[in-house]
Amino acid sequence: MVKSDKRETYFDAIIKMGYTRRDFMKFATFMAAYMGLKTSAIAQIADALENTPRVPVIWEHYQECTCCSESFIRSDHPIVADIILDKISLDYTETLMAAAGEQAEAAKHATMEKYHGEYILCVEGSVPLKDDGQYCCIAGKTALEQLKEAAAGAKAIIAWGSCASNGCVQSAYPNPTGATPIHKIIKDKPIVKVPGCPPIGEVMAGVIVHVLTFGTLPELDRIGRPKAFYAKRVHDSCYRRPYYDAGLFAEHFDDENARKGYCLYKVGCKGPMTYNACGSMRWNNGVSYPIQSGHGCIGCSEENFWDNGPLYERLTGLKGFGIESTADKIGMGVTGAVAAGIGVHAIASAVAKRKAKRAQRAEGKTNEEELKA
Amino acid sequence: MKTQDYKRLYIWEGPVRIFHWINALCILTLTITGFLIADPPAIMSGDEASHRYWFGIVRFIHFTAAYLFVAVMILRIYWAFAGNRYAHWRNFLPFNKKGLQNMLHVLKHDILLIPERKPGLSSVNIGHNAVAGLAYLLMFLLALVMVFTGFGLFSNNASWWFPKMFAWVPAALGGDFMARTIHHLSMWLIWFIVFVHVYLVLFHDWMESNGEVSSMISGFKFFKKERFKEE
Ligand code: HEM
Ligand code: SF4
Ligand code: SF4
Repeated sequence: MVKSDKRETYFDAIIKMGYTRRDFMKFATFMAAYMGLKTSAIAQIADALENTPRVPVIWEHYQECTCCSESFIRSDHPIVADIILDKISLDYTETLMAAAGEQAEAAKHATMEKYHGEYILCVEGSVPLKDDGQYCCIAGKTALEQLKEAAAGAKAIIAWGSCASNGCVQSAYPNPTGATPIHKIIKDKPIVKVPGCPPIGEVMAGVIVHVLTFGTLPELDRIGRPKAFYAKRVHDSCYRRPYYDAGLFAEHFDDENARKGYCLYKVGCKGPMTYNACGSMRWNNGVSYPIQSGHGCIGCSEENFWDNGPLYERLTGLKGFGIESTADKIGMGVTGAVAAGIGVHAIASAVAKRKAKRAQRAEGKTNEEELKA
Repeated sequence: MKTQDYKRLYIWEGPVRIFHWINALCILTLTITGFLIADPPAIMSGDEASHRYWFGIVRFIHFTAAYLFVAVMILRIYWAFAGNRYAHWRNFLPFNKKGLQNMLHVLKHDILLIPERKPGLSSVNIGHNAVAGLAYLLMFLLALVMVFTGFGLFSNNASWWFPKMFAWVPAALGGDFMARTIHHLSMWLIWFIVFVHVYLVLFHDWMESNGEVSSMISGFKFFKKERFKEE
């Protein structure tokens, strides 16, 4: 897996693979479009791929289900999976590499040493911190040790998926393994978060091509996600949005309204709180996305989506208060308690201050008489 | 017995009263529209979406009321510096000796209804009592929570700097989910204070016959003349 000393460019490798220059230009155009860049960026991407040597990539897998890898290798353009990662750049990934066991580890270490400070570290999965991290061990080391070792020489880190970005399902309450996202462990490296369970393949391609070609991170939002893909909510590009504004909602998945394609808000759609590109880029090469297939967004790219209330209802859930308790139930309980308190106080004060009132009334009467006199 | 003279005293100035009622109206409007947003009623209709916009209108009212809510909040903050002694910001930070004593007094005699041995006139409160002042401080903080989480949620739809200023709030909370949960829960806390507030106003009006209720309309309250001689 370790490449020869002569560092070939992406373009060299792509041509060597049998793609034509025309394929290459199409690929650069696709990428610019994914990244939401101007047409002038096409030339920049092509130029970068032609002239910069390939950047080695180490792709680690910790507590995860590999849905990110699955999504990625299905991204729209073959060059992405085929060339950029599989054949050229990917020096280590347990799932896709041919080598295994000690050979694989040796390849990884060779890259880490040879390209110290240059390689890109991609992380899929969260890192368990409880019980000395014993819940996820690779090659005799815990995920935490592996991560720290790999991150030390990385130029930048890409946190793939919700697991690496925010913990995802493994970190759901009560988080038995202490699943922890990458940014809470590694503080001294630039990190791009690409949340989603999984992220859209084209989004992943856009992010990695940006990092590899420009050598910089894409523009990030406050949470550390690339703005090009996570600046808008699913709700903002949802084709059912007119039904939302018209107040036309499906009440059940099998009712007339659902058949008419009304908005899925009341059957639990989390699109209004979820930042992702599903509505505009869609899935499986733009074929569809959950809402188009009749299912609400579950908010898979948002922190704690698993614990934030039921998936098929619009409730404000609170973890730690028991599954059934919702903000409204607590609110009603508190209000009930206030009402009861007020009742008790009113009765008690009526009794306690009856004497005072009597005196006041007497005072008032004397007053009246005095004034008349 | 000699005549009991009551003195009429101007306490709540115009801006305070305007703030009070617009604020109350906003809270009511924001709650009603907020509940509609949280759980819209089922409307079965054959109409096309292009013919209706009611949910958009509900949200429009919510956001408009939110702006008004902020506007009167700013007015009130200004008046906490420019207004009379009863409107002054110090009423809402009753943490000095006098304030704490007053708080104890209110808790003992108004809340726990322990009869006073020697009802001293100086313990009759003219403006806010210390407990009320503290409650309004809490109310102000909750209003800030509503504004921060509300405008934070709204910031992504907005095109000018004011709402965008709050975009960091959901990010700091981990996302819109948590911001929305806090927004929703704080609404209940606001109503908790509103209920207690309305009850205690009625209670004081009834107990002290001082025109407490109408004072927020007219601005005047009534006190025994002796209350002022003692000062
Ligand atoms: C400046 C103040 C406020 C702003 C900017 C604001 C803004 C918002 C926004 C953006 C939403 C989400 C709507 C959507 O996603 O379409 C919302 C929901 C809501 N607001 Fe406000 N709001 C404010 C104050 C209040 C106040 C004072 C109350 C009540 C006391 C209130 C009650 C609610 C409720 C109950 C919801 C529904 C939450 C849910 O869906 O669970 N809001 N508000
Ligand atoms: S289906 Fe979901 S994302 Fe689409 S408009 Fe309705 S609430 Fe928004
Ligand atoms: S629609 Fe929502 S739940 Fe589905 S993939 Fe997109 S962000 Fe995740």
